[in-house]
Amino acid sequence: MSEEPKHKLDPNNWAQKHADYLFNYTITRVNKEELAKDIVQETFFSALKAQDNYRGQASERTWLISILKRKIIDYYRKINSKKGKVEVRMDFYEDGERKGKWIEERAPSSWGNEAEKNIENTELKSAIDACIAFLPEKYRMVFLLKTVENYETEEICNELDITPSNLWVIIHRARHQLRKCLEENWFAK
Amino acid sequence: MSNKFFINCDEATTICDKNQYKEASFWEKLKLTFHLFLCKKCGMYSKQNAVVTKVCDKHLHKCETNHQFSEQEKVVLQENISKEVDQ
Repeated sequence: MSEEPKHKLDPNNWAQKHADYLFNYTITRVNKEELAKDIVQETFFSALKAQDNYRGQASERTWLISILKRKIIDYYRKINSKKGKVEVRMDFYEDGERKGKWIEERAPSSWGNEAEKNIENTELKSAIDACIAFLPEKYRMVFLLKTVENYETEEICNELDITPSNLWVIIHRARHQLRKCLEENWFAK
Repeated sequence: MSNKFFINCDEATTICDKNQYKEASFWEKLKLTFHLFLCKKCGMYSKQNAVVTKVCDKHLHKCETNHQFSEQEKVVLQENISKEVDQ
């Protein structure tokens, strides 16, 4: 039943071997340096407590990342529970004859035909990073879980205790803000 | 979402967002396509939304590499870890 362990834990070298990697992983998700560092340290502590569960099949780093992911989700849950849970879309008329239509000043305007060509430009990386950093924390986390981590909708809803329709409102708000931000800082320049 | 064929911009953009993650149903995509024929603003949203997706695919990564703990911080961090190990 038990397989030979392929890897061993070496906690006395964790800071040198893994701290920066975990830090980078965290900072893209929580966007605050001090907080990210705290989460990394907590991850190491939790890992120590859970040492006995390590079977040595996954590499030390993969195992640490799986614990770190839990920590980040815990943090997301914490900030999520602080705020109201129902999201509104805001870009469309909510009632009357024009219900569901674009509110004029929020509607998209043309980017011209250059947009597609510029995507490969490496400077676009800092533009999109800045736009992501500018998102409200909750939008950022849902957007990144969905877009970068490729989480299933159901998974995010369960983890964060939100409904699918709420999730799509958040995704819409995040995407609309990113679209606008890229328009102002990149495509319309 | 309801079964009606004519959808408003609010519903159209939701389908468009879902479609970025391949989560729009066949019926939803049909309604969206039809709406896009008639609505210039949503057409623009749809096009630009696809660009946002491409930009993210290209430039956002699961892990960045540009952040580091200072050496001093690492020493302290390792001391904290080792203290826990000894306990």
